[in-house]
Amino acid sequence: MDSEGIGRMTDVRDKVIGIIAEQAVLEPSDVRADATLEDLGIDSLGLVESIFAIEEAFDISVPFNANAPEESDFDISSVDAIVAGIERLIAEQHGRAGGA
Amino acid sequence: MTTGLRRVAITGAGTINPLGHSVPATLEAMREGRCGIGPLEIRDVDRLAVRIGGQVRDFAAEAHFNRQQLALYDRFTQFTLIAAREAIAQAGLDFAGELAARSGVVLGTAGGGVGTWDENYRHVYEEGKNRVHPFVVPKLMNNAAASHVAMEYNLKGPSFTVSTACASSNHAMAQAFQMVRLGMSRVMVTGGSESMLCFGGVKAWEGLRVMSRDACRPFSANRNGMVQGEGAGVFVFEDMEHAQSRGAEILAEVAGFAMSSDAADIVMPSKQGAARAMAGALRDGGIDPATVGYINAHGTGTLANDKTECAAVADVFGAHADRLMISSTKSMHGHLIGGTGAVELLSCIMAVRDGVVAPTIGYEEPDPECALDVVPNAAREAEIEVALSNAFAFGGLNAVLALRHI
Repeated sequence: MDSEGIGRMTDVRDKVIGIIAEQAVLEPSDVRADATLEDLGIDSLGLVESIFAIEEAFDISVPFNANAPEESDFDISSVDAIVAGIERLIAEQHGRAGGA
Repeated sequence: MTTGLRRVAITGAGTINPLGHSVPATLEAMREGRCGIGPLEIRDVDRLAVRIGGQVRDFAAEAHFNRQQLALYDRFTQFTLIAAREAIAQAGLDFAGELAARSGVVLGTAGGGVGTWDENYRHVYEEGKNRVHPFVVPKLMNNAAASHVAMEYNLKGPSFTVSTACASSNHAMAQAFQMVRLGMSRVMVTGGSESMLCFGGVKAWEGLRVMSRDACRPFSANRNGMVQGEGAGVFVFEDMEHAQSRGAEILAEVAGFAMSSDAADIVMPSKQGAARAMAGALRDGGIDPATVGYINAHGTGTLANDKTECAAVADVFGAHADRLMISSTKSMHGHLIGGTGAVELLSCIMAVRDGVVAPTIGYEEPDPECALDVVPNAAREAEIEVALSNAFAFGGLNAVLALRHI
């Protein structure tokens, strides 16, 4: 990966953690990569709100149904998993369109 | 209370909903386990992620209303009037003189004229128009339907609209029940209506991520959310002695009612709140829990509601929970939001009057957390003495009605 690519990925991670931190009412530095949403005190409504903020921030669509999280093809088991999922969705949804 | 409570009869029923344009058509569809949910046919559906719903189909408003009426009636009002006409015709009442003064209309709706809001926002925001039709306000207001029913039938007693999201109709019917029971009114026209299957209405629901994209499968382990519907149900609640003295056909007795508030969470349901409402309705009606043969569940098909509701039923009924039947007709007509309790009361009438219990269709996989007799996929015949109708709204507001065989 070139330096620009690495920079973009760091940017994604920071932004996602910023959104999660805001929802959890924490400083971004207190959001550990292996933390679960439960650890962070984010409930189902908070999760749905965070996903909305992520979709808006990256102009992507996150396939998540609160009724069937396990079938949603979007891993929310930890902060790391969420960041990885978002990076994948950005690549899928913007990669094909030329990486906008 | 110095005088005794009066008994309350249901002497008329009317509806228009995704299963049919009348009560007989709707009950036939419920008996046959037909599904009224299908692809949404609305403007800008291609911009929605959720593209299914329980729409009222083959409906031509012009066949029911003249041009002046159409200019004033939002779709939710149209549905209400069609249902009210059927109910009042069945009751055979003519409201004049003292009866008119002592009869009113209490209806439920969550959104009122959502379609009118949606259409006119398009005009001013999307199309940049600076003028809207003069009737926008009287058309969209939540009490429009109640007022038009009062005007069409000369109902001059207590009349208003109740709005408690998904429990609106049950709360409305409870008010009507109390008024007749207390002797404040002799007859109350009651029920509810909803029509929010427009782009803005569905888009708002989509945001919560609790909607299914394929089907409403209450109690099934593979359920994945609710499906919206539209329509209305309207009933005539009448003083029992008044009904009997004029030889009216009595569809069922409204036997008890209770409401409760979870005071906990704006969207997540509470087992305790639901259980308190069910137990309260039994207590209110002096109903032996063992006589309850059927519960029309709130049964939205969401992960959270269905397991919470089943746990609440188990708490209230103990061992009898395994003997009674509980089904969700939302699997057939969708979730009519503020109108849902009214359309669902029809299945309770069918249970206590006709001895037919409507099924939960779309049921595919048992869920250990919903291990009750949910009447999967096929209607059943049974003698039902008492039926409950549950409604548990967003905001934690619960309302349960009990009907008794007469």
